[in-house]
Formats: sequence, structure tokens, C-alpha cells
Amino acid sequence: MDLQILLLLGQDGVTNGAIYALLALALVLVFAVTRVIFIPQGEFVAYGALTLASLQAGKLPGTVWLLLALGTTVAVIDGWRLLRDGQYGKLPPLLIFNVGLPLLAAGALTVVTPANWPLSLQVLLTMLLVIPMGPMIYRLAYQPLANASVLILLIVSVAVHVTMIGLGLLFFGAEGVRTPAFTEFSFELAGAPLQGQTILVVVASALLIIGLYFFFERTLYGKALRATAMNRTGARLMGIPPTLAGKLCLTLAAAIGVFSGILIAPITTIYYDSGFLIGLKGFVGAIIGGLASYPVAALGAILVGLLEAYSSFWASAYKEVIVFTLIIPVLLWRSLTTRHVEEEE
Amino acid sequence: MMRRLPLILFIAALAVGPQLLPEFTVTLLNYIGLYAVVALGLVLLTGVGGLTSFGQAAFVGLGAYTTAWLTTVHGVSPWLTLFIGLALTAAVALTLGFITLRMGGHYLPLGTIAWGISLYFLFGNVEFLGGHTGITGIPTISLLGWELKSGREFYYLIWLTVLLAMLALHNLLDSRQGRAIRALKGGVIMAEAMGVNTARAKIVIFLIAALLASISGWLYAHLQRFVNPTPFGINQGIEYLFMAVMGGIGHVWGAVLGAGLVTVLKQWLQDWLPTLLGQSGNFEIIVFGMIMILVLQRARDGLWPMLARWAPATTGPRRVPQADALPRRPAQTAGTLLLDAHDVTKRFGGLVANNKLSLTVQAGEVMALIGPNGAGKSTMFNCISAVDPATEGEIAFLSASTADAASRDLAGRGMSRTFQHVRLLGQMTVLENVAIGAHLRGNKGVVSAALRLDRAEEVRLLAEAARQIERVGLAEHMFDAAGSLALGQQRIVEIARALASDPALMLLDEPAAGLRYREKQALADLLRKLRDEGMGILLVEHDMDFVMGLADRIVVMEFGEKIAEGKPEEVQSNPRVLEAYLGGVE
Repeated sequence: MDLQILLLLGQDGVTNGAIYALLALALVLVFAVTRVIFIPQGEFVAYGALTLASLQAGKLPGTVWLLLALGTTVAVIDGWRLLRDGQYGKLPPLLIFNVGLPLLAAGALTVVTPANWPLSLQVLLTMLLVIPMGPMIYRLAYQPLANASVLILLIVSVAVHVTMIGLGLLFFGAEGVRTPAFTEFSFELAGAPLQGQTILVVVASALLIIGLYFFFERTLYGKALRATAMNRTGARLMGIPPTLAGKLCLTLAAAIGVFSGILIAPITTIYYDSGFLIGLKGFVGAIIGGLASYPVAALGAILVGLLEAYSSFWASAYKEVIVFTLIIPVLLWRSLTTRHVEEEE
Repeated sequence: MMRRLPLILFIAALAVGPQLLPEFTVTLLNYIGLYAVVALGLVLLTGVGGLTSFGQAAFVGLGAYTTAWLTTVHGVSPWLTLFIGLALTAAVALTLGFITLRMGGHYLPLGTIAWGISLYFLFGNVEFLGGHTGITGIPTISLLGWELKSGREFYYLIWLTVLLAMLALHNLLDSRQGRAIRALKGGVIMAEAMGVNTARAKIVIFLIAALLASISGWLYAHLQRFVNPTPFGINQGIEYLFMAVMGGIGHVWGAVLGAGLVTVLKQWLQDWLPTLLGQSGNFEIIVFGMIMILVLQRARDGLWPMLARWAPATTGPRRVPQADALPRRPAQTAGTLLLDAHDVTKRFGGLVANNKLSLTVQAGEVMALIGPNGAGKSTMFNCISAVDPATEGEIAFLSASTADAASRDLAGRGMSRTFQHVRLLGQMTVLENVAIGAHLRGNKGVVSAALRLDRAEEVRLLAEAARQIERVGLAEHMFDAAGSLALGQQRIVEIARALASDPALMLLDEPAAGLRYREKQALADLLRKLRDEGMGILLVEHDMDFVMGLADRIVVMEFGEKIAEGKPEEVQSNPRVLEAYLGGVE
């Protein structure tokens, strides 16, 4: 291997690693606030990429129907409750957000085709279509079990994951997609071509991480989430509803997932079930951080990206084996360095 | 006899089934049996033990590939490869278990997801295992000269395995080790204080679940006579968990019911969904996923309890176990120094909960530790019993330091305790709860329990528990669920549990709270009697009449420090004590 290949692989590794880092952050966030191990994180990556590709191909993305179905279910369940309690004033916003807007989106997309729109608008539309599913899924799957054990929540996560995989196949079909690169720009660094796309991914990830940092440090909602993560009961006594924290958390996780999907779509071919492995690699990073530390999780994720890139060169068939076996020494190291005294209620 | 009727009918139906049913149904039943063996392991691991694994399919694969490769390439006998497969599986399960189980419960499932994926890709890429095409031409199995060539014949081997596994599991759960395993879900601290090595119990159930999966894999390979990586991937691992949860994750029969339901439903959905949706693909997972979410939200116990309601009632009048008493540890002569805590300090971050606290307890005395709420009494208890060890200071129990001891070691050395916040297993009977206290007075292991070789010891342990329950006056509640008792009675059950360990020193954390006057008198009488037998008792209590009438010596604490020590009457007239309790005159 010469320096050029070394740099090329390193570039690949850092690009993928940056995406895994974003996902690792989302996973740590969701776990800390809601105790949910958010296995479906990866599905948002796939949904994001596939929705963007559908829009660009001039097709009506299946996510529209899924959004409508989820929204209607939420509206029916919560609407029934509001009617029963006589809280009619809260009905209009519920219906507008969960049914009205998805209907509007479905209607609009049957009339206009955004295939020729500028990329930024397509990206925005993709996010608007997929991100609301985050809080809707929280409402339908997790909220009724908010006080259950981590184990039950994990099993629910897996159930949500397989449901979303199946729906992904139904709505997008079995073919993979690769969206055109955001930029054709590239230049040489030490003899190796450096792709503009790579820089874009790394810069966008870094910006998003900085944005999240400010969200958590400077905004009221960010602080509310941090408070919930530190002490759920205490936060609740201070007037932070756990439901709000949960929905907000899944909105963020969905946003990070979709954003990652849009970033990765021009680099890798994405199938309806690709998200799972991508999400799990974020997990390996998150586990390196002990599901608790954001910076260590991000560094761990980049390490995973690099390991994946170099092992795909030396032993490409064993790429996944190597990446997922890495978790064993990591877990061993963590288990020898942490002393765990905790009892699940 | 009536209550065994459904079981007898079930076995009879199983036995005649292959003679009457069409080929397709027999095949389906074979798969249900294979899946049920794996799901049984998950009932033990997840439903009973509160841990979970998504990598069970990988263990199935390990069993299947081991026999496939060894029998085809090296011509080894299938009966030998069964054990080689089990040994390999055990090695992997012990490694994974050792690494992940020391940490939080969720690291095991995450670890098993990773391991499941990695093994799947390994099967698919290793050349000598046939890559994605797999291995064909696996030989049949001969059982006592009878060659199991067809599915109809193999059926009997599969369902015999299922029934034996169910029986073994049922036996195991109803034993000394079984009680320890059942305590893993929500009772780890208590079980450790009663002498149970919970880390070991966790690894044992993970190992059993993995071995069952491996056996299922061995059967699969010789039934199907070829293997490829597909049925051993992570999705199948998830499906096994779905089976157990849908059927009833806490019930041995739930595994069989769940395996049946999921297999039949899957067959049906795979026929209908592609026609309905106009596309082909694994759409049944959408339905499974949604059913799972609903089951977990609405009926977390699965479907088995609903079915079991139709069975004839199983509870008749139960007999109190009778057996010879267990050997006791030599009694200490009154006045022997049992506990010597010297300058004990406990810090939680910056907060000093106990500051240089010293106290001693002798055999044949009641020492009371009193003080206002928040004085640090329960913290001191946790330091002494090593539930939450002290930051600084020396604690010696029976002249040996407790510095490196875990709470279960102290239980073995003769210290037992109750908890301020009652730690009983609410679903289990009072008798079973108290029997956990006698854990260290038996020594039969998991294998003896599964084979019912532990009955002589088991009845002695239960008889001991029954004696202690009678002694504390709860005989009429012996077979009630512990969670159904009033809080005051639950505290008394904790005392019976502590007594069942035959302790030299007993630590009682607010035993009289929630008791009525007469019950308190009875408790005081019991404690006096224990003291006269030579037991040392360290007591935390708020009821001053109770303490003053019972205690030989008293230590008074305030804000983590000792402010007075002496006989009850000395302490009662101590000005600092009066100030702490009644407030000083400003």
C-alpha cells in the first residue's frame, strides 16, 4: 500500500466515520433522555436517502403515505382522548399537524414534481417529510411504555426497526439508489484526489455537532433535555413533561438520521435495509463512549469508519466481521474499567 | 389427575400427530419444535432472568455448522458433533457473557447483535464452510439402529427434545438455583445479600439459552441435511425473541405457543401479503413488528396466561414441607465480639453521610442505632453489610476484616440483614422468598435441579423456611404471593428470610415500621428470644418505646456522626440526644 491509497482510504474512513459520529451522538442522546436504545435510527438514514432519491427521480416518495398513516393514527388516538376529556380547543392543532400537513404534502406532490427544483429545496422537502415520523413513532410505540424497563424498550425498538424495514421495502422497493454528488469540486492533496463531497460531509457533520452543542448549552429546550437525562423525576417535578422530552429527542434523532442519509446517499448505494448496518456502526461508536460520553462516542465512530475503510482494502469480504468483532475488545475494556452497581426497578 | 389432563392430551396428540397429518403439517410442526427449543432458552434468559439476546440464531448456526462441517468433511459421527457443537457454543457464550454481563443489562443484547451479525457474515464468506451456498449432503441420524430419514421420523426426536427441555427448565425454576435465577429480575441486591452469586447466575442462564439454541441447530442440520447462512442471521435472532414474547416470555409453555403462532402466522402471511400488496418480499415482518409493539403495550405477559385460564385450577391445599433440620453454625458464646466497626466514613461525592463512626455488636445483645431521619443509619447498614462499601475505616466481622468482601461473602460468614425499603419478590410465595435466605445452606447445582436430583436437599431448605415463617407468626400466609401482604408483614417476611440463613449477626432496618401494637410486642419477644440464644442484633428503629424496651446498648447518630452511646437510660438523659430529637432551646 502506498501513501496515495493510504490517504484515499483514510478519506473514505473519515467521511463514513463523520456520519457514524452523527448517529452515535443521536443514539447517546436518545438513550440518556428516554432510556430507549434507538435501533431504528438507521432506518431514518435509509428513509432520508430514498425519499430524496424518489423526489429527484420525479416519483412520489412512499414516505408521504407512511407519514399520513402515522399521523392519522396519532390523531385518532389522541383525538379520541381529547374528545373524551372535552378538550376541544386542542383538537385543531392536533389535526393540522398530524393529518392536515401530511395531506397537504401528498396533495401538493401529486400536482408538482420537485425533480427539477434546486437541491436545497429537495433536501428541505425530504426533511419535512421524514422528520415528523420521529415524534409520531415516539407517540405510538414508546410513549405508552415510557416507564418500562430498558429491556422492554429495547425489544420495542427492535419491533419498530423490523416494521420500518418492511415498510421501507413496501414503499421504496428492493432497488438501491445513489443520488448525484452535491458538488463535483475536487483537488489534489499529497498526490491523492480529495473529493468535495468528502469535505462537505465532514464540514456539515462538524457544523451539526456544533449546532447541537449550542442547542444543549444555550436554549431552554436543550437544557430541558439535559435535565431530563440527568434526573428524570427531578426534571418532571420542575415541569418538564417526559412526553415532551421524548418527542423532542426523537425529532432530533430523526433529523440527524435524515440529514446523515442525505449526506451519505451520493457516496454509498442505499437500499431499504442499509440503514440497519449504518446505524449499528454508529452504535459501536456509541458503545465505545459507554452510551454516555458524546465526545468519546464521536471519536469512537470515526475510528469505526477508519477501521472499516482499511479492512475493506485488506479483507473486503470480512469487512463487517472485523467492524462488528471490534465491539468485543471494546466491551471487554469497558467491562474491566467500569464497576457497575445498579438495579433495574 | 384432572390438572394433568391437558398435558396428557397434548402429549397424546403429539404422539399420534405424524401418523394422521399431511406431510406439510408435519414439516411445519418440525419447525415449530426446533424454534420452541430456542424460544425456551429465551424464556429462561429474558422472561425469568431479565436479560436478553438477539444472537440466539447465531448459536443455532454454530451448532448446525459444526455438525455439518465435521460430518461431511471429516466423517465424524453426528452424536459426537452434537457435543463438539455444544462445547464450542459454551466457549463463545461464556466469553460473551463474561465480557458483557458485568455491565448494565443492555450490553448483552447489544453485544449479541454485533456477534450475530459478525458470525452471519463469517459463515457467508469462509470458503471451507461453502460461503453463501452452504454445505450439502449432511448425513442422517440413527437412533438405536433406527435411521431417521423422513420428517415424520425426525419429528419424534425433535418433540422429545422439546418436552425434555421443558421438563428440565420447569424443574430448574422450582429449585434453589431457580429461586436465585428468578431473583435476577429486580432483586439483585437482595439476592447478593442472601449469598447468591448473581453474576454467575446470569452467565449460567445465558449459557443454558445458548446451549438449547445449539441443540436446535444440530437437529436442524440433520433434518434439513443442508445448511446455508440465511436462517442464522440477525433477523431470525429477532424472530426468536418475538416468539417468546408473543407466546408469553415468563412461561415455559409460552415458548411453544409463541413458536407455533409465529410459524403458522408467518406461513399464512407469506401466502397472502404479496398477493394483497402486489409485490413480493418479506412483508410479514411489518405485521410481526406491529403485533410485538401491541403485545408489549397491552399484554406484556404474552398470550399463554390467557390460554392458561381455561385449564383446570392447579392450586389445591398445599402441604407445609416437613424435613429434618439443616445443620446450624456453632453458636457464639454471649459477649463474643461479632462486629467491630471503627472510624467508618462514607462519602457520596462531596456529601459525607457517615463520618468516623464506630460501633460494636456482641453475641447475645441487641444494639440499636437511632437518630433523626437522614442521620446516615441506613448508609451505615449498607457499609457494614458491604452492599455499598465504606469509603474509609475498618470493619471486622468475627475478627476478620470485611474490606474486600462482597455482601454475599458476609452472608456466608454469618451476617444477614433486612432492608428499609422492602426487597421481596412480589410474585413469589412467602415460602419461596424466605427460602432464598437459606440459599447458602444448600449446595445442589443447576444440573441436579434440572434432573430432580436435589429433592432431598430442597425439601430440607423449604422446611427450614417454613419453620422460620411459623416462628415469626406468618404461617397462614406461607403460600400467598409476598407482594399481596401488608407492608408491616412484608418486613416480618424479611426477618424470616434473614433468619433462614442461620446468622450469627442480624441487621434489622426499621423492622417495626408499619406494625400494630400487638405485632410489635410479638416481634420484640422474638428478638429477645434470639438474643438469649446468642445471636447479635443490630437494629435501626424510630419507635422509641420499642427500642428502649428492647435494646441493651444504643448508639445515637446525627448528621452522620455519633453523638452518644450507652445504655438506654443513659442515652435518654443525654442533653445532646435531647437536643437532636426535641430541638435545643435557643
